[in-house]
Amino acid sequence: MEFLRETLPNGLEIVAERNDNAHSAALGFFVRTGSRDETKELWGVSHFLEHMVFKGTPMRSAADVNRELDEIGADANAFTNEEQTVYHARVLPEYQERATDLLCDIMRPSLRADDFEMEKKVILEEIAKYEDQPPFGANDRVMADHFRNHPLGRCVLGTVDSVSALTPEQMREYFSRRYSPGNIVFSAAGKMDFDGLVRQVEELCGGWTAQEASRDTPVNVGSPGVRVVPNNIAVQEYGVSMSKGPAADEDDVVRYGAALLTTILGDSSGSRMFWDLVETGRAEYAEMSPYEFQGAGVIMTFLCCSPEDVEDVLSSIDEIHSDAQANGVTGEELERAKNKVCSHVVLRSERPLTRMFDVGANWLQTETYRSVRELVDIVRSVSRDDIAGVLDRFPLRDPTLVLVGPRMEVDWPRQ
Amino acid sequence: MAQTIYQQQLDNGLTILAEPMPWLESAAFAISLPAGSSRDPASLPGLGNFTSEMVQRGCGELDSREFNNALENRGVTFSGGVSNSKAGFQAAMLADQLEPAMRLFADLVRRPMLPSDQIEEGRQVCLQEIRGIEDDLAGQTLRHLRRRLFPDPFGRTVPGTSEAVSSIAIDDITDHFQKTYGPEDAIISVAGRIDWPQVVALVADLFGDWPRQSLGSIPENPQESGYLHVEHESSQTHIALGYPSIPYSHPDYFLSRGAVGVLSDGMSSRLFTEMRENRGLCYAVFASYHSLQRMGGVECYVGTTTDKAQESLEVLTDELGKIVDGVHETEVNRLKARYKSSLIMQQESSNSRAAQLAAEWRLLERVRTLDEVSDAIDALSPQSIGDFLSSNPPSNFRLVTLGEKTLETTIGVS
Repeated sequence: MEFLRETLPNGLEIVAERNDNAHSAALGFFVRTGSRDETKELWGVSHFLEHMVFKGTPMRSAADVNRELDEIGADANAFTNEEQTVYHARVLPEYQERATDLLCDIMRPSLRADDFEMEKKVILEEIAKYEDQPPFGANDRVMADHFRNHPLGRCVLGTVDSVSALTPEQMREYFSRRYSPGNIVFSAAGKMDFDGLVRQVEELCGGWTAQEASRDTPVNVGSPGVRVVPNNIAVQEYGVSMSKGPAADEDDVVRYGAALLTTILGDSSGSRMFWDLVETGRAEYAEMSPYEFQGAGVIMTFLCCSPEDVEDVLSSIDEIHSDAQANGVTGEELERAKNKVCSHVVLRSERPLTRMFDVGANWLQTETYRSVRELVDIVRSVSRDDIAGVLDRFPLRDPTLVLVGPRMEVDWPRQ
Repeated sequence: MAQTIYQQQLDNGLTILAEPMPWLESAAFAISLPAGSSRDPASLPGLGNFTSEMVQRGCGELDSREFNNALENRGVTFSGGVSNSKAGFQAAMLADQLEPAMRLFADLVRRPMLPSDQIEEGRQVCLQEIRGIEDDLAGQTLRHLRRRLFPDPFGRTVPGTSEAVSSIAIDDITDHFQKTYGPEDAIISVAGRIDWPQVVALVADLFGDWPRQSLGSIPENPQESGYLHVEHESSQTHIALGYPSIPYSHPDYFLSRGAVGVLSDGMSSRLFTEMRENRGLCYAVFASYHSLQRMGGVECYVGTTTDKAQESLEVLTDELGKIVDGVHETEVNRLKARYKSSLIMQQESSNSRAAQLAAEWRLLERVRTLDEVSDAIDALSPQSIGDFLSSNPPSNFRLVTLGEKTLETTIGVS
């Protein structure tokens, strides 16, 4: 595998990991924009815009875009999160040129008013869909409670009211500010002709004009507390808690230290929480995971259990967190977690699509490239002292907690 | 496409399948046993799922923690689960760990402890699952549809009922294990950086002396019928509409599958275009094919807010009617491109090939090569799909809705 990169004069960056053994090429545009870059008036616009990007350009109608993606057998999709909007396609290598042509074209969408109104209905359906399904908004609520007025406190989808109020003019203005070439990375992985790719992207995107696109990255203050949100549709009780964690721009050893720590304490199998809560049938799931943003990070815990058991489950999680805080992890646990994480990194890297995501997201967030070999070496280098350092800097006690489910009130923290 | 698929049956009935993928660093295997929910006794729905849970609570000389740690220390990622037709275990690893991983799983499926002192914990795990799936409203709607589309026990839900799971005793589990976990109708498939003679020797060594279990036939009972509406407070109404079709083993399968592809595969498919792009009725809409050994069915789903539910059902029904008028050449060409590319991309994952080999064998008692599938796809034409649809139009519909209001329908629901 070989890492390659090129920057166009207008600031658009192209990064690629070429793998001649692959059967496919994965291509994607990563735009450095998401819900954290919205104001209250624009709440939901990043995700709505992601949908509108598929609605056609001066060259193509929405139907043309969909049809052409299917004609080349592309496995194509897009997603928006707090700080990235990503458009991706996985194709056979012979379709590299057509896929690139299509992706580059849709990145300059027409944003037509009638398409805007039609797609708004789809977005409102998407919001309704998530209202009905686990964890019934708990993730968004805990982000809001933890981050408060920080830009990361606003959820990606927006609300029925905020999306309904958006206008095409607002979206066009947001687009022109945020989809500036200096704010975009084109990532590719798998079997490819890199020189051809650069020539084509330069030809199709070289004329995009650059604009200043900055981002506020205030400090994450955090806000411990508990909120219970009664929900009479749910059968189970859902909980999401959040404490501070390493940011995307932290040192690798700290970032992977947090990943190893949460693997030991709260992986979906074989972790302390798994043996205590899931294998015993006390919870349907109880898991932990770190999430990294620019300038801010969090460590999240997710749980689902019978409503009547929620205090017991919360106190077991609290004990697991406190024990780790006081005593750290054992050498044996750390070694096993390293084997698990490294094997996961190596196995998933066989698919170009996952490498394209990793290479693109990493470049967008930190302008760094890590090969699979380097990632494995970093994970291997983490010591018990490093884990203790992570716990010192990012204590697990006193998180922000949101519970959603049948319970009207919960005795937590226990009186 | 360069592809070799090996197969061999041991004297005790166990089928071994393998596909070398020398360009990968990994290897993966799947163990598929005839212990799915279709073999649950009628009085104990959920027994197979509970048995699989207990099988994973220690085996050979190792308790469940030691077993888990042994795999994690070797960097083996693994999972186990039950479907209607099988109990399955899957593992992926770097190729040099294949032998020790397979040894551990031989203990798991042949020599589990089935510890009676953990039955209450195992029961709680199964009850959590039953409660958890109640919160998945789309899934619940589709599960109701499946019970109307396929005769019992083939439409049955895997976790069973909380009443049955609450009544299961350790002897029920031990009995069920003895009846269903064995080499007859069992498949072990291996894919990735592997050597076929070594695979055969390893599997024969670990499973060659596994005594054959005696699997009885599966008694079949008629499915539930009529339009079912489940009254439920919710933002969206969930609509599941299905109709019977031919199974994967049928010579015309790819024609039938092609018609469903025109409806639902890709962003230019008819359901996505008409329901989402042109009318903004929904976020999620699809039609999918579900095949068993001897029967198949098409399951359509749309989730939409209550005030749009009636229109959504009407447009969905219309599209199912219109497909009988024929499909266009451009639609068929797009299908071919999509299928071809997904066939080739399967070759990037040992885990997905291992699973696919076992799944094919369970449906066909052989494995179609990628070339064979590719030829069948090449042979698709608007004419052949149209002819198939004229003689096999979607009909005999089953309908389930979940939400705040009942819907009206003019199609014949049986």
